[in-house]
Amino acid sequence: MEIEQNFLEQSMPLVKTPGAKPLRLVVETRQTDPMKKTFVESQMAQHSLTDGPAKIVIQDMNFYYGTVQALKCVNMTVPANKVTAFIGPSGCGKSTLLRCLNRLNDLVDGARVEGTILLDEENIYRPEVDATDLRTRVGMVFQKINPFPKTVWQNVAYGPQLQKIRKRAILDEIVETSLQGAGLWDEVKDRLHTSALGLSGGQQQRLCIARALAVNPEVLLMDEPCSALDPISTGRIEELLHTLKERLTVVIVTHNMQQAARVSDLTGFFLLGELIEFDGTKKIFTNPGDSRTEDYVTGRFG
Amino acid sequence: MKFLQRFFASGTLFIWLAGGALACSLLLIGGLLTIIFINGMGYFWPKDLVQLTLKDDTRVLGEIVDTQRIPETVSADFPDGHSRIQLKVGNRDVYGLDFRWVDEADIAQRTWPQDVIAFERREWGNFYGWVTEVWDGETRLAQGREIEWDVWYPFLEQAEALHRDIHHIERDVIGAINADMERARLNLKVLESKGEISQDSADILQREIQQREAAYQEQIERLVGLYERLNRYRITLVDVTGEERIFPVGGLVKAWRPNAMTVWDKTLMYVENFWNVLTDEPREANTEGGIFPAIFGTVMMVLVMSVVVVPFGVLAAVYLKEYAKQGLLTRMIRIAVNNLAGVPSIVFGVFGLGFFVYAVGGTIDQLLFSASLPNPTFGTGGMLWASLTLALMTVPVVIVATEEGLSAVPREYREGSLGLGATKFESLIRVVLPCAMPGILTGLILAVSRATGEVAPLMLTGVVKLAPALPVDNQFPFLHLDRKFMHLGFHIYDVGFQSPNVEAAKPMVYVTTLVLVLVVLLLNMTAIALRTRMRKRYAGASV
Repeated sequence: MEIEQNFLEQSMPLVKTPGAKPLRLVVETRQTDPMKKTFVESQMAQHSLTDGPAKIVIQDMNFYYGTVQALKCVNMTVPANKVTAFIGPSGCGKSTLLRCLNRLNDLVDGARVEGTILLDEENIYRPEVDATDLRTRVGMVFQKINPFPKTVWQNVAYGPQLQKIRKRAILDEIVETSLQGAGLWDEVKDRLHTSALGLSGGQQQRLCIARALAVNPEVLLMDEPCSALDPISTGRIEELLHTLKERLTVVIVTHNMQQAARVSDLTGFFLLGELIEFDGTKKIFTNPGDSRTEDYVTGRFG
Repeated sequence: MKFLQRFFASGTLFIWLAGGALACSLLLIGGLLTIIFINGMGYFWPKDLVQLTLKDDTRVLGEIVDTQRIPETVSADFPDGHSRIQLKVGNRDVYGLDFRWVDEADIAQRTWPQDVIAFERREWGNFYGWVTEVWDGETRLAQGREIEWDVWYPFLEQAEALHRDIHHIERDVIGAINADMERARLNLKVLESKGEISQDSADILQREIQQREAAYQEQIERLVGLYERLNRYRITLVDVTGEERIFPVGGLVKAWRPNAMTVWDKTLMYVENFWNVLTDEPREANTEGGIFPAIFGTVMMVLVMSVVVVPFGVLAAVYLKEYAKQGLLTRMIRIAVNNLAGVPSIVFGVFGLGFFVYAVGGTIDQLLFSASLPNPTFGTGGMLWASLTLALMTVPVVIVATEEGLSAVPREYREGSLGLGATKFESLIRVVLPCAMPGILTGLILAVSRATGEVAPLMLTGVVKLAPALPVDNQFPFLHLDRKFMHLGFHIYDVGFQSPNVEAAKPMVYVTTLVLVLVVLLLNMTAIALRTRMRKRYAGASV
């Protein structure tokens, strides 16, 4: 382990300068490392492919749980107003990376991050960044459906209330627009003040999306949001993603490759903590650049 | 062989063993409760009085309490032998004893006289017999065994009203006067000791004290008048042997004719007796009357303890579970907390006496109540110190249960809250603690159960045999946490083992035990109902 770490430190000097980092620099840094040539190529290809502004830029990301390294030198650029999917087998680090994007891993004992993540060209791991502020900009929807044991209204108003919004009229408006944004308003408008736990599974997950939308985030992280849902509920959430990406950037982790193919504009394939390939979804599923990706998406893995 | 192997492997034996263990426990608990229930509830039933004429022509009157077989009398003619009967004969002032054993073989005749009357007296226990004369002062109003009930019974009802008046004056009116007088006296003493007193203010205070003194005398005179009225009417009672005694009607509590009562009458009286025990104050060294002050003291002590123990336990558990760095130190603290729950309660009693009563209470007295020293105010056992001692004793239970409750809150709730921009503290207050509420209440239930039945530490920190006043009354500041109080658990010990007349006190022990069990049950049911509501609210349909 130690040898590996030393190797990493020597071969990939960490970008420690705080503040904005233009995308170009990443590409330049990458060019000094011959091992990752295919990656750089694919990244450049992706950049030309999407052509939109970058929302999140991940640079030389290493992540450790204690002494176990969960992410190995991940570099990627997530474009704004697109749906980006992370796929890969269990334990490959895709959820870990997702949770790094809103610093939810800060609270895990023994977790350690190296490298930088730029959100709108600003490093979110600078010490002066307040993680709670960051999390209002980067919302999250979880695999385990987790509406609070409160009423529907209280669930959605939870985030705004934390931001000291007290006026009932304003809160009511936020609740309504958020529920409409999550496509749930018509179903729950008559039961806003009953327990959220009485809703169906699919409704509960859309409530969680509405709850995240209520704080008006710029990025929405979704960690396998449909894994506990039936196909009809899944379909509704996938439809929702198409409308949501006009407002914000979506990053979704999924086990379901058809889902990734259906909803995402870009797809990243992870294996054992490494980002193997990151490209347009169409390319990943029809003409992947790496044989491991091909094995995985065609079901020949392992 | 194969069969045996299969038998052991199937676990049938183990299931029977497990089921047997459960059945045994239930049987023991059920038996305990049944004995308490039957003996406790039986106390209130007005039993018939039997008159026995013995072969030597003496007569005995009383209620049958117990029957025992005499083993020595077993012979070829009497394979079962015969029995001896225990009678409650009452009339302690006449016979010296309340109870008497009679050999069944000596009985010539048993009768149940319809007109025999049972009297409950304020002193000397019950009297069983007949009214032969009724007196108004020195004039005789009626005479003879056939005296109508209506001739003297109204006097008994009057006497009841008089007793209520006397009680009111003695406790409330004179209590208020004494409190005012004490306050004035202390003011005077404080001013004098500071040397700041002017002649005027001293005079004012002196006059106030004198006024109170006069008011006190006035009340005493009223009392004397009331007592005279109470003793005005008297009746002559005769027992089964012909002994006569004259009593003031005011010395009786109630009178009834058990042998002439229908089952319905007895049921009414049963309910009334039960109610009286719950609401009356004790008499006759606690062996008679009611147990209201003990019920009140027990419930109030548990409530004060709960108010203290829940916030303390929850805060400690929150720090230990949510904020403290998990490591060797927290593990050791956790072990220490668990062990604290196993420390014998008397140890907590000694600590409470040394720390709360002498150290804290003594200091409070010196700082705030120095005027009334050397009489201690807080520097002696009292409700507050007893409650704090029990809170200390039960706080480990609340800590452990709260920690369990916090562990049971799904990680997704915390992360969901954090993901919306809440700080750890906000998540804790708004999501985690409400979800851990059922666990916290479980801790409270366990704490209440343990505290209600505890006696040993209380004996050192504030429980007394007979408390002159309740810890709550109409004197400012209405809540007197410095006062000593009565407690059901101690009452059982005191009545059962410290009373001069143990045999007569036995029913009272059962009744007190029954009430204590009921109080524990009631307090627990309240907390359980609360927990069920919380559970319904916070644990809904999972997907």
